[in-house]
Amino acid sequence: MAGAFRGGFTGSVTDPPLAIEATGLVKSFGETRAVDGVDLAVRQGSVYGVLGPNGAGKTTTIRMLATLLRPDGGQARVLGYDVVAEADQVRRAVSLTGQLASVDEDLTGRENLVLLGRLLGLRRPAAKERAAELLEAFGIQAAGGRLVKTYSGGMRRRLDVAASIVVTPRLMFLDEPTTGLDPRSRNQVWGIIRALVAEGTTILLCTQYLEEADQLADGIAVIDHGKVIAEGTPGQLKASVGSGALRVRLLDPSQRPEAERLLERELGAVVREPDPAALSAPCADAGRGALAMAELARASVGIADFSLGQPSLDEVFLALTGHHAEAPAAGEPEPVPGTHRP
Amino acid sequence: MSLRPTTPGHLMTAADEAAVRRAISSTPKPDPAGPLAAALTFAWRGMRKVRHVPEQLLDVTITPVMFVLMFTYVFGGEVAGSTADYLDYLLPGILVLSVLFTTVYSGVALNTDLTKGVVDRFRSLPVWRPAPLLGSMLGDTVRYVLAGTVIVLVGLALGYRPPAGVGGVVAALGLVVIFAFGLSWVFTTLGLLLRSPNAVMNAGFMGIFPLTFLSNVFVDPETLPRPLEAFVNVNPISVLARASRGLMGGNADMTDIVIVLAVAAGLTAVFAPLTTRLYRRG
Repeated sequence: MAGAFRGGFTGSVTDPPLAIEATGLVKSFGETRAVDGVDLAVRQGSVYGVLGPNGAGKTTTIRMLATLLRPDGGQARVLGYDVVAEADQVRRAVSLTGQLASVDEDLTGRENLVLLGRLLGLRRPAAKERAAELLEAFGIQAAGGRLVKTYSGGMRRRLDVAASIVVTPRLMFLDEPTTGLDPRSRNQVWGIIRALVAEGTTILLCTQYLEEADQLADGIAVIDHGKVIAEGTPGQLKASVGSGALRVRLLDPSQRPEAERLLERELGAVVREPDPAALSAPCADAGRGALAMAELARASVGIADFSLGQPSLDEVFLALTGHHAEAPAAGEPEPVPGTHRP
Repeated sequence: MSLRPTTPGHLMTAADEAAVRRAISSTPKPDPAGPLAAALTFAWRGMRKVRHVPEQLLDVTITPVMFVLMFTYVFGGEVAGSTADYLDYLLPGILVLSVLFTTVYSGVALNTDLTKGVVDRFRSLPVWRPAPLLGSMLGDTVRYVLAGTVIVLVGLALGYRPPAGVGGVVAALGLVVIFAFGLSWVFTTLGLLLRSPNAVMNAGFMGIFPLTFLSNVFVDPETLPRPLEAFVNVNPISVLARASRGLMGGNADMTDIVIVLAVAAGLTAVFAPLTTRLYRRG
């Protein structure tokens, strides 16, 4: 199924030049092949989503493209520059917002921005002015003089994004920019990303959330075990997965096998949720979802609640690969910037 | 009764978005800072941190101050005949101890940057790659000078009068700081190899603690068992303490000073490139 829409959106000769062009990227840590032959083609001015579960190789891919890690194999060009041979030019044109909100906790928000402004070549007054402008635009001017360790997660993330555009980059890497944020902060970060795109910045966005990729990205690569397993527009991806999922919670968990049988007959694949009373099934067509619900009612399966919504990452994976998105074993999170050593 | 949101604006307002867009489009396009400017900017960062987190400096200063007080008044009379005589012997040694303890924090701070993702940010910037390291070291030098000054002030308050005067104290402090600069590369290497700031702290003190005690900082090695005396005499920290005593007492032995400088240069020559390489590799 993955191949059905692969290549559906790049390759026309009239396309603008590619911002990222990676072929066969490989990176191993010891025995583990964290990235195992990743190809990416990202058009300039677009938002490209890399969607995958923890440990799929998203962060490692970003770190190679941002010149922080040297690939073991394959090659990549970012804005036309080779990430190994022309790393300096790449670094001049990109900025990175890591998974950890990589700002200095022992400095104030303002000092963080002034520090980056100075390093990027602004004179002290200009750096201060730029810091003030960004603090205001990102709604953190009141906290500008406070140490970052006193910031909330959302404020920290906004400061992190602000730090990445002290000098606006041509391309920005965003690694899970909303993981762990409340809905309000998440919407603010999304708004900032949209504003960046509107001003012409190309964005590579790693995320675990289909909804996020759907909201922001023009193209999506789904990545699993270090490989791209599907690629296309959000529309193509959702069409292949089913534009939504029917979620059902039963009154009585003991009726789950019965409900599972009926839903499978009506809708095809069924996903057992961790909740013993819950089930979900990919459902492209709301009408068929309604019919499936009617079948459950006819069979006297008691329903606590149900909804029709966007498929979860797990459902995307089930549809694309036939297996669930594998959560990494406890104590083995996705390598976080800086904490894993080769 | 229905719930009402208590914070206005669930989404970014159009005005917010316009402000963000303005900030993005008004971006300046300067050339990145050169190597020296970048290193100095990182040094500025280090000094801001001393100011914001003075606890860290306090932590490593309080122990040496306690050592001065306890050793002088508990053991001083026994070891040197009088507390005043012992203070003359002890203070230059504690100056060494205090500054060298502070060097462990260079490694701890680097590891903190690493685990918090700050290093990733710095490494993705278009600046000279060793600049963050060199800048932190310069900032740390300020920290070493502060730690040393505190000890000298405590000594003065307790009645210590350096025979070589201000010049001698400044020379001793300068020598100790140069040695500390060399030693701190060992801890930055450690900071890039270990997994957490705490691990760096523990490993660092596990090394520096015995090394400072098995030196002539506290007692004259002639009273020690023969094999221990042999070790203490070749311990570079003993040489540094002896050199500091000499500089502050006006009877410095040039050989000691040369040895100290050579060891500092040696440590830098080995561990600075090692740190830089580990840092580049990320």
